[in-house]
Amino acid sequence: MKILVCLKQVIDYQVRVQVNPDATGVVTDGVKMSINPFDEIALEEALRLREAGKATEVVAVSIGNASVKTQLRTGLAMGADRALHILSETAIDPLTAARVLLKIVEHEAPGLVIMGKQAIDDDCNQTGQMLAALWDRPQATFASELLVDGQTARVTREVDAGLETIEVDLPAVVTTDLRLNTPRFVKLPDIMKAKRKPLDESPIDSYGIEAANAAQALNYAQPPERKKGVMVDSISELVEAMKQRGVL
Amino acid sequence: MSRLMIIAEHDGKQVSPNTAKCVTCASQMTDSIDVVVFSNGAKTVSTQAAALTGVSRVISVNASEFDHPLAAVLAPQVVALAGDYSHVLAPSSSFGKDLLPRVAALMGVTQISDLMSVEGDHRYTRPIYAGNVVLTVEANRDEPLIATVRVASFQAAGNDGSASIAQADPQPISGSHTRFVSLERGNSERPDLQSAARVISGGRGVGSAENFSIIYSLADRMNAAVGASRAAVDAGFVPNDMQVGQTGKIIAPDLYVAIGISGAIQHLTGIKDAGTIVAINKDPDAPIFEVADIGLVADLFTALPELEELV
Ligand SMILES: Cc1cc2nc3c(=O)[nH]c(=O)nc-3n(C[C@H](O)[C@H](O)[C@H](O)COP(=O)(O)OP(=O)(O)OC[C@H]3O[C@@H](n4cnc5c(N)ncnc54)[C@H](O)[C@@H]3O)c2cc1C
Ligand SMILES: Nc1ncnc2c1ncn2[C@@H]1O[C@H](COP(=O)(O)O)[C@@H](O)[C@H]1O
Repeated sequence: MKILVCLKQVIDYQVRVQVNPDATGVVTDGVKMSINPFDEIALEEALRLREAGKATEVVAVSIGNASVKTQLRTGLAMGADRALHILSETAIDPLTAARVLLKIVEHEAPGLVIMGKQAIDDDCNQTGQMLAALWDRPQATFASELLVDGQTARVTREVDAGLETIEVDLPAVVTTDLRLNTPRFVKLPDIMKAKRKPLDESPIDSYGIEAANAAQALNYAQPPERKKGVMVDSISELVEAMKQRGVL
Repeated sequence: MSRLMIIAEHDGKQVSPNTAKCVTCASQMTDSIDVVVFSNGAKTVSTQAAALTGVSRVISVNASEFDHPLAAVLAPQVVALAGDYSHVLAPSSSFGKDLLPRVAALMGVTQISDLMSVEGDHRYTRPIYAGNVVLTVEANRDEPLIATVRVASFQAAGNDGSASIAQADPQPISGSHTRFVSLERGNSERPDLQSAARVISGGRGVGSAENFSIIYSLADRMNAAVGASRAAVDAGFVPNDMQVGQTGKIIAPDLYVAIGISGAIQHLTGIKDAGTIVAINKDPDAPIFEVADIGLVADLFTALPELEELV
């Protein structure tokens, strides 16, 4: 079985994101970029399935500008067998991404697509579900455990009520939650080896898909900051302060 | 004319407060609001939905396959009804996040996630970058608006409505490739994290699952719900449904007490809308103190028993 893993390039989760001066986006110049943390987990899960003999090949795919090759190389260094770069100079919305991914899925015919539950830049939490819909295949979102057994997978999902387990027929789309696994660190020799692994580039236009009619972004703003409050020195002062605010 | 449909969230017995919050959001868009309840004959849910202030009509669609909400099963059903509507909303809960993008894709329409305010006709705001940035968007008027609602941004609608309840037959059921196996619920005896007026949360600083008893004990005393940071969940101190933050629950209690939580940005995004934030942490430089209304530098193991005495 082949596993397709999606790797989106995002601003590193530790960066304090700033809105640009004309409010048309966020500052990216000189800002550290990384693989979306949920996607790193997706790749780790795929690699573990390959190591367990449940998968034969792990293919990483990313849609984005030339710089996303850095993330794909990191993915190859982590252990992906090959990578696909869909070159798009402009950022695309989840529905358009899902349409592109559908084309790839139709061509690659993976048994499993593992992606992040959400990209930590747009925080949309849509693309996996949309791909599953267009592909007319099962979706198992917010996975914290994934057990593949022949033609089915048993997935434990982190839902608001607790942990839900579902069974899906393969092929299927699985989206990852943080507790699915802890991704491995990349070792230096693997970075060297990754340079020789195949990384194919194709322009997004070559897929002949229709761009979705996404909502127009009008303005980016920093939310109002909470004002710094008071520091108290003892529990009795704390209780007093809470009473004054009317919360006790 | 605009007509809006809300997909009800429920557990088979009660309509979720998330649905009542969607109604409030919907009321800012139109006054034609239908709530659709997919269930396995959950009459009380439809009755409760019909009582939500502002709802025009409840449509109840029943099938045994709707016993557990599976997106693959429900999405085609929603699509079949959605043709009559200009707006389709669901809460931005694990239920709505799972289902609605599948609906949107089947309809060939984009989705707005976590809608947090209505700024005008088809103009909305939503948080991005873990709530560090608020984006104002204008949705395309030629397509139906599909959106999940950030429930922490809206009060629940009242209960003095009297909408009619209509029954609709389900479409032929599809999605048999996806099967429910089980649901392991977290602790349901305590106040619900997402609707409680008071929440006490513990972080990695609490140290162990056993130690969490001091958090529960204080929470019981204060009639508060209990939450946790991701670190506390990852370390196995508490179950996942207690996680507060970017990837956990977004909450807006009147009082939030953070115990042994450093205040990472991903955690803070979940509590931004709290009325009052109280923090107890032994590190005076912990970032949580930057946002806390009341902060105390103290060891939680000595502070908490003392606090419990006084509240
Ligand atoms: C993509 C992504 C999503 C994430 N989503 C979330 C999320 O939804 N929610 C979330 O919470 N985190 C989330 N995180 C993790 C987040 O970045 C932090 O790692 C996490 O919030 C830290 O939890 P903590 O504050 O409990 O632990 P720590 O940062 O380790 O802080 C523990 C605190 O306890 C204090 N302490 C220790 N002992 C005592 C004592 N005896 N008395 C008093 N104080 C004490 C310490 O001073 C310290 O400040 C996410 C991370 C990523 C990358
Ligand atoms: N441009 C992209 N390139 C690769 N994967 C993507 C891209 N956009 C979205 N994805 C995948 O879809 C997931 C969810 O993204 P989103 O719906 O934007 O929150 C991400 O975690 C990725 O796995």
